[in-house]
Amino acid sequence: MKAAAIAGLFALAPGVRLVQLATAKVDAAAASDETRWGLLIDATKCADGCDACVTACNDEHGLHGFDRPQTDAQWIRKVTLRDRQTKKVTTLPMLCQHCEHPPCVDVCPTGASFKRADGIVLVDKHTCIGCRYCIMACPYKARSFVHESLSQQQPHSPRGKGTVEGCTFCVHRVDRDREPACVESCGSNGNSAMIFGDLKDVDSEIAKTIRTAPSKQVREDLGLNTAVRYQGV
Amino acid sequence: MSEQFELVRGRSAGYWLLLAALTVLAAIGLAAAHYMESQGHHVTGMNNQVVWGIPHVFAVFLIVSASGLLNVASMASVFHQPLYKPLARLSSLLCIMFLLGGLVILVLDLGRPERLIVAMTHYNLKSIFAWNIFLYVGFVLIVASYLVTMFEHNLARYSGAVGMLAMLWRIVLTTGTGSIFGFLIARQAYDAAIMAPLFILMSLAFGTAIFVLFLWGVLRLCEREIESVIVQRLGRLLAIFVAATLYLTLTYHVTNLYASEHHGVERFVLLEGGLYTQLFWIGQVAVGGVIPLLLLWRCLTNGKSRTVVAASLLVVVGGLAQVYVIIIGGQAYPLVMFPGSDVSSGFFDGEVGSYVPSVLEFALGLGGAAFALLLSLFAMRILPFLHSARSVAHR
Repeated sequence: MKAAAIAGLFALAPGVRLVQLATAKVDAAAASDETRWGLLIDATKCADGCDACVTACNDEHGLHGFDRPQTDAQWIRKVTLRDRQTKKVTTLPMLCQHCEHPPCVDVCPTGASFKRADGIVLVDKHTCIGCRYCIMACPYKARSFVHESLSQQQPHSPRGKGTVEGCTFCVHRVDRDREPACVESCGSNGNSAMIFGDLKDVDSEIAKTIRTAPSKQVREDLGLNTAVRYQGV
Repeated sequence: MSEQFELVRGRSAGYWLLLAALTVLAAIGLAAAHYMESQGHHVTGMNNQVVWGIPHVFAVFLIVSASGLLNVASMASVFHQPLYKPLARLSSLLCIMFLLGGLVILVLDLGRPERLIVAMTHYNLKSIFAWNIFLYVGFVLIVASYLVTMFEHNLARYSGAVGMLAMLWRIVLTTGTGSIFGFLIARQAYDAAIMAPLFILMSLAFGTAIFVLFLWGVLRLCEREIESVIVQRLGRLLAIFVAATLYLTLTYHVTNLYASEHHGVERFVLLEGGLYTQLFWIGQVAVGGVIPLLLLWRCLTNGKSRTVVAASLLVVVGGLAQVYVIIIGGQAYPLVMFPGSDVSSGFFDGEVGSYVPSVLEFALGLGGAAFALLLSLFAMRILPFLHSARSVAHR
């Protein structure tokens, strides 16, 4: 099934070739809508001060800042919530929620923002014109605009000045049957607060956990059916 | 027929000085855009919190005004007001040129302006932005055809039909421009159907005001006085449009104030938003709304053309403030992801977005406006767009 996702890279838009893989397989095994990649984050396990997921993402995708916080790209960030009445403090990672009905995809004039059959929302860097309308439309502040020329990029995660970018769910890893870098790091260096998997596979750990324990979507009122779910919020 | 119109040759030093100043402004704007593109947008005041800045304020203002600049032509062709007939050519010309000025700014501000060809060849038909590309291009073609029917006697009989199409098209076009914001479900200040009619009313007010100012200015260059009968009638129209814009603004805020989920953004714009609050009350409401209305009301009794010109200038200034509050203020107010909680992060979640416009952005915005004016004056030099003094006297 994951092999299917890999081969689909050839059949999709040019931008997807950014993550073209040496191990790419035949077209017959394209990314399929029988899979929906999802991420469950248990905020009760996510420790204040731990940023293992953020560091892993930055390393994986070569997101080296320019010491300009207002314009430096952030694909995943730690957010702290303080309930105004109870003063309960919660900390959690916020990233692209890979919506089933992504507003960024709806508003993109050229179709550069797109969603794969398996639910991963990406930006085709070849057709993004840098209008930033997707950033205006995203309810999660999940996208960044590249404000300057870049160097020392990661071959599997090309970026470009003047285009918009965001979390790819580490599609280059997922298509090789690996977990996203943030999830892997949360397990090994953090507090195992993240479960990644196929929401449509009833036997997957993520599907089973969501079935049995309460979880929520951020801004569920918008009806976007996000692939990222939270517990303990 | 031809003696009803004349060229604007402008032999005075003032005319050439104006052309030179506009050329320099447009060139500086182009240079600023080139610098922004080569360095990246970090040299501007825009950032990941406020992604649309001063260039968008100017661009949206010019595009919205362009639609309203056609008012006078519509009045002549669609509503059969003979007084406006001699002004229809100028009205249509300014409409096209202001639209082009706004679009040039938008394109030059893109992260990848050289990919304009991509925007013209790849369409996501669910995107209001993509619709607008069709609407803008179609509008230029329709208004250009409309102008042809005005210049070519043999085609004059089609003028009414093309004029009607142009008027309907611009209503759809401004609906599209307003919906760029109305369709943004994520943000507290947008996500409102009223954005479309509000933008239509804004276009009628801004367009009428700019038409008065341009006509007044260009007639001065020709050492002519603006005809009192025209300016008085336009003044009355302007008053209606300004009042209607204020009414829709009031409706927008009252509706938001009724819903608790919008109390935060309303408190921000109306009370605690600092510059945005000042621009709203002083710029948009007072300078752009109440004072022009008082001036225009006074004009009913004193009949002075200068009063309408002054009111028009205030409407333009207030209009820019209004667009600034809508575009920048709407982004500066933070996204509400967790209602009931105070939110913080290293990515400025829960904070009012900081935005200090750079000189580069003003240069690009003003450059686009100068480009529109320059094109208009150039066109008036080679084709008779301006009505002659006797054409109005006869009506």
